[in-house]
Amino acid sequence: MTTLTLAKSLNEGMRKAMEDDPKVLVMGEDVGKLGGVFRVTDGLQKDFGEERVIDTPLAESGIIGTAIGLALRGYRPVCEIQFDGFVFPAADQIITQLAKMPLRSLGALKLPVVVRIPCGGGIGAVEHHSESPEAYFTHTAGLRVVACSNPVDAYTMIQQAIRCDDPVVFFEPKRRYWEKAEVDTSAADGWLPFDRARIVRPGTDVTLLAYGPMVKTCLEAAAAAEEDGRSLEVVDLRSLNPLDAATVTDSVRRTGRCLVVHEAPVFGGFGAELAARITEECFYSLEAPVLRVGGPSTPYPPSRLEEHYLPDLDRVLDAVDRAFAF
Amino acid sequence: MTADASRGAQAPPELVQLLTPEGERVEHPDYDIDLTPEEVRGLYRDLVLVRRVDLEAVALQRQGELGIWASLLGQEAAQIGSGRALTDADMAFPTYREHGVAWCRGVDPVNLLGLFRGVNHGGWDPAEHNFHLYTIVIGSQTLHAVGYAMGVQRDGAVGEDGAATIVYFGDGATSQGDVNESFIWASVFNAPVVFFCQNNQWAISEPLEKQSRIPLYRRASGFGFPGVRVDGNDVFACLAVTRQALKNAREGQGPMLIEAFTYRMGAHTTSDDPTRYRVQDELEAWKLKDPIERVRAYLFKNQLADQAFFDKIDAEADELGRDVRRRCLAMPDPEPLAIFDHVYAEPHRLMDEERAAFAAYLAGFESEESSR
Ligand SMILES: Cc1ncc(C[n+]2csc(CCOP(=O)(O)OP(=O)(O)O)c2C)c(N)n1
Ligand SMILES: [Mg+2]
Repeated sequence: MTTLTLAKSLNEGMRKAMEDDPKVLVMGEDVGKLGGVFRVTDGLQKDFGEERVIDTPLAESGIIGTAIGLALRGYRPVCEIQFDGFVFPAADQIITQLAKMPLRSLGALKLPVVVRIPCGGGIGAVEHHSESPEAYFTHTAGLRVVACSNPVDAYTMIQQAIRCDDPVVFFEPKRRYWEKAEVDTSAADGWLPFDRARIVRPGTDVTLLAYGPMVKTCLEAAAAAEEDGRSLEVVDLRSLNPLDAATVTDSVRRTGRCLVVHEAPVFGGFGAELAARITEECFYSLEAPVLRVGGPSTPYPPSRLEEHYLPDLDRVLDAVDRAFAF
Repeated sequence: MTADASRGAQAPPELVQLLTPEGERVEHPDYDIDLTPEEVRGLYRDLVLVRRVDLEAVALQRQGELGIWASLLGQEAAQIGSGRALTDADMAFPTYREHGVAWCRGVDPVNLLGLFRGVNHGGWDPAEHNFHLYTIVIGSQTLHAVGYAMGVQRDGAVGEDGAATIVYFGDGATSQGDVNESFIWASVFNAPVVFFCQNNQWAISEPLEKQSRIPLYRRASGFGFPGVRVDGNDVFACLAVTRQALKNAREGQGPMLIEAFTYRMGAHTTSDDPTRYRVQDELEAWKLKDPIERVRAYLFKNQLADQAFFDKIDAEADELGRDVRRRCLAMPDPEPLAIFDHVYAEPHRLMDEERAAFAAYLAGFESEESSR
């Protein structure tokens, strides 16, 4: 066991993957000498060389497009998009090519490309540096979409994503990069499959569904609610596509109430999919409608307003109250 | 360029320079400039004042008053030279680092701070100053500039009283698809646009070699318009070359690429640590080419300014710095409900609904407070 930050866990996970498989490459803007703006790739170029840890020209479409080509030639590129708001120049390559090429080849081609995206707000950044674009990608068939929330999962999930033969969009909660935990870096298997959700806090009254940065917020809310005698169950979805629906519906059937919490705008957000599905599958178990807690349906605001935009403990507890009021 | 035989022996020097780092005036066969002592003193003043505003902003960031700041240190001549070449009718599209150009366009420096302080995403009306909002997504603005120039073209605003458009971007930006597409559009439509690339040698931690194997100005020829490299630390040369390029654009001769060869003397932004990727010697070498020192030397040597003048400018700079600081600190945080403002130009049901719900939610806290 070692104490690692989430950023360092990702770094160690990538390092392990690169040691295990010489075909694994890391590519992106400033990932080499600088180690990425969040230092997630720190030291990798020094240890694996410039052929495997590639500082690319400043062009996201180029990063993903060439990663596809490298994958066609048998490599497993792990691409870093510097900030969530800069994935959009690569959207064409991701949506029209990466997601669909394997199908067009009737399964002959595999594209094991990982697209790492630091996501979410809370770090006081300027615009385009605090986005939560997951719904664009969960809406695109052919992509697996996952989000880690803590150092332990970061270490295992990044390796599982790299080993996966499908393209994976991998969200990293940037404001949690510096959170620490004890991580076992000796085990190489026995891990929870990366398309499975995890109940991170069992409870009996309400199910909170979250992923990425909001898992911690929900755990804090659950701790606070306990003082009021309410038992909240927190489920870390981990994988958004595919969704671990069994874990979700099982939890909701037990508790009878459900909140979905994400930073992204509520309108047309991933929570809408969850709410609809739970309504379809757990209708007779529900004591209240599935409630969504998320960002307003506006662009991410200037940083001095972000505390109002981002769901926090109070907003979650307010929704818990509303769920009980039905 | 040794490999380029077609340019012949008497080809002009690759770098257009009119003022050496030592403050000597030199001639260039294609570009010249005739400045009155008053104008040179004015340029000097601009350079000193924008550097001072920039230093103040860095200090404000260090003290937690700004979230981040992108310093223009070292790029003052490129920005003041090109910025002063613009007429009122010309339009400029900046990146996030064009504080010097903003100064030339009459944007109050305090208004630049809003975005970096996190109180707004912009902070000025682009039409009021013919200076567009800062653009953070690398390269996007190049296409906007070309489109704007196509509009100018369709308005028939050509000739002496016409309007040219200038767009700023960095060396790293030249790799973006948008920038290359903007070159194509400008070329095909003969748009009255000037591409002003500040090659400050670095894109965060990546040196120019990561973006290009040839000097950037030479990219233009492949797209079918002229390109020129100018000493970006020479305010005279930047002014002369940009003035000519804008004039050509206004007169219907189409686009031009200017590569201002300069250096980012500071960190990429206040969040960056350049000691991780570049050596101090490089900075020391560029310090000898400082854009302000050479104008000072020129003024001094030619007795166009005395010590009293330099002292007066320094005092003015200090006053400006203090003023910017004072007004930065006085900038109010926006109201929480401002999140819902200006998202749409027309009334929008969802905004109304969410604004009302959020107001009610906030009011809940207030009544909780007062009932305590
Ligand atoms: C599309 C996009 N990708 C990545 C970034 C992150 N980023 C901000 S500045 C920068 C480097 C820009 O270099 P250059 O174009 O040379 O301009 P400079 O900052 O040196 O003025 C990068 C990669 C961004 N803002 N936009
Ligand atoms: Mg640069």
